[in-house]
Amino acid sequence: MSTLVIAEHDNVTLAPATLNCLTAAQKIGGDIDFLVAANDGGSVAEEAAMAAGVRKVLKADSPAYEHPVAENLAPLIARLASEYTHILAPATTFGKNILPRAAGLLDVQMISDVTAIVAPDTFERPIYAGNAIATVRSKDARILLTIRSTAFDPAAAGGGNAVIENIDATSDAGLSRFVKAELSESDRPELGTAGIVVSGGRGVGSAENFSLIEQLADRLGAAVGASRAAVDAGFVPNDYQVGQTGKIVAPELYIAIGISGAIQHLAGMKDSKVIVAINKDEEAPIFEVADYGLVEDLFKAVPDILEKL
Amino acid sequence: MKILVPIKRVVDYNVKVHVKADESGVDTANVKMSVNPFDEIAIEEAVRLKESGKADEVVAVTIGVTKAQEQLRTAMAIGADRGILVETDIAPEPLAVAKCLKALVERERPDLVIMGKQAIDDDFNQTGQMLAALLGWAQGTFASKLQLESGQATITREVDGGLETLLLPLPAIVTTDLRLNEPRYASLPNIMKAKKKPLDVLKPGDLDADFSPRLETLKVREPARRKAGVKVASVDELIHKLKTEAKVLS
Ligand SMILES: Cc1cc2nc3c(=O)[nH]c(=O)nc-3n(C[C@H](O)[C@H](O)[C@H](O)COP(=O)(O)OP(=O)(O)OC[C@H]3O[C@@H](n4cnc5c(N)ncnc54)[C@H](O)[C@@H]3O)c2cc1C
Ligand SMILES: Nc1ncnc2c1ncn2[C@@H]1O[C@H](COP(=O)(O)O)[C@@H](O)[C@H]1O
Repeated sequence: MSTLVIAEHDNVTLAPATLNCLTAAQKIGGDIDFLVAANDGGSVAEEAAMAAGVRKVLKADSPAYEHPVAENLAPLIARLASEYTHILAPATTFGKNILPRAAGLLDVQMISDVTAIVAPDTFERPIYAGNAIATVRSKDARILLTIRSTAFDPAAAGGGNAVIENIDATSDAGLSRFVKAELSESDRPELGTAGIVVSGGRGVGSAENFSLIEQLADRLGAAVGASRAAVDAGFVPNDYQVGQTGKIVAPELYIAIGISGAIQHLAGMKDSKVIVAINKDEEAPIFEVADYGLVEDLFKAVPDILEKL
Repeated sequence: MKILVPIKRVVDYNVKVHVKADESGVDTANVKMSVNPFDEIAIEEAVRLKESGKADEVVAVTIGVTKAQEQLRTAMAIGADRGILVETDIAPEPLAVAKCLKALVERERPDLVIMGKQAIDDDFNQTGQMLAALLGWAQGTFASKLQLESGQATITREVDGGLETLLLPLPAIVTTDLRLNEPRYASLPNIMKAKKKPLDVLKPGDLDADFSPRLETLKVREPARRKAGVKVASVDELIHKLKTEAKVLS
């Protein structure tokens, strides 16, 4: 058995989710190689080579890989596939965009959002917004998986000593062209990996009021999240959305403020270790998953917490 | 300019499904079924393009049970011109759906396919990307903005770090994210009109479609339940409990 892990990166450093993916690969067993397809990805390849338990880093350099355009990356993955029994990518917007395209090229029914490796061909994954967990066995000769980061601890970033092998890049497919990225700048921890997440919902009321949530987050060294309603209303950018169709988080502490607790939101946070809910409606469904519920107006409770912490 | 919109009949997003006692699947008997919310957004977007004169025809297609005609009627009530049902009792997997959609694309020759990013039942988020691969077309996934101009589509995508803009040559596949638009409610006159719009029913054999599954579902279980929590009476009690009981604050 041999697994190829598709590294997510920004041409400079490896994205943390790649190391969670590596842990999943280790659970499958066999040799593990990384693919670093980048525009001048030397530093990423070196970082990947140091990760624990990696045999080889395949490094493909091309200006066509500067941005992770699926039309350019999927053919490269498909070309390398014959050497591997398994191909893994993180279940991030990067992996979700690219891997199904590679699966289409390879005629494989891939498996998304894997949360447990039961056997090399059998996996668990949530369905129906996490209201059920399916165990599925693949009958394909080759297995393609995206891995949910919160379900696997990150592998050690050091201790490995893999060889870096330069491989040929594929030519530019000439389809999608990258125009620009507008990335949220923040000094706060990354939402997906933060130890504490403070999230606000529609109850917060406005973009201005959201600074209350941010103040609490900063006091706790936390990441800021939001419900869909808060994003739709323009309180915060789209990449703050936690839920079935947003980001999945599982921090040590999740504080939901002015969030009702719709199943789509719960799908993204109910595996958090400790959940706190602050909501003025004592019937709000969020209290059904909260370890500690405070029924109070958030505009009173949050300033109060800020004062007392 | 013709737009094809693949839609899926799914358990309504408001329904909390339950796992069957024998762990063979989820209980979908007698629950409300709807158009997958992302697909409703796809139809709305296609209809808006038609209304603004950028498209001439919107065709909604679905692969599913006989009753999925209801969802095609909903699509037509929003403004799709006609519907196609590929009738099957098998719940097809994304790859099989993508292959069948490819056959439909070859028949209908659309310039653009707009579809959901994810079906909220299987939560796969694969079909659009697979279809794009099979056709060799450009793909713009998780779109929150779509503009058509001189044979190209400019799309803004929702990615983990924020937003990304791509330029796609047509024909292309676009998959929708939540903020692309807010679907309208179909008016009663439009619901009535939709009943008279053409709806073709095809058999899988008409398209050489093979829906035999590649994945075997061994078991479907309930997720781990959280143990019941407590309500605290005050901010002081909350902070105290987080420090001494949960030990998540120092
Ligand atoms: C296809 C689909 C996908 C979706 N994906 C997601 C997703 O990924 N993530 C997500 O979050 N949602 C998602 N949703 C939306 C979801 O169904 C809910 O609509 C959404 O989560 C509600 O957000 P909310 O809790 O902030 O708002 P509401 O449900 O309006 O709740 C606001 C809460 O704030 C409380 N409140 C108001 N004022 C105060 C105050 N002053 N002090 C204290 N409390 C107050 C209220 O009591 C209420 O409980 C999705 C929906 C669909 C259809
Ligand atoms: N049976 C189906 N019939 C038509 N379209 C489908 C079907 N299944 C999935 N789709 C389309 O593919 C999208 C993504 O589905 P999935 O890959 O299953 O998450 C959906 O939002 C639909 O647009």
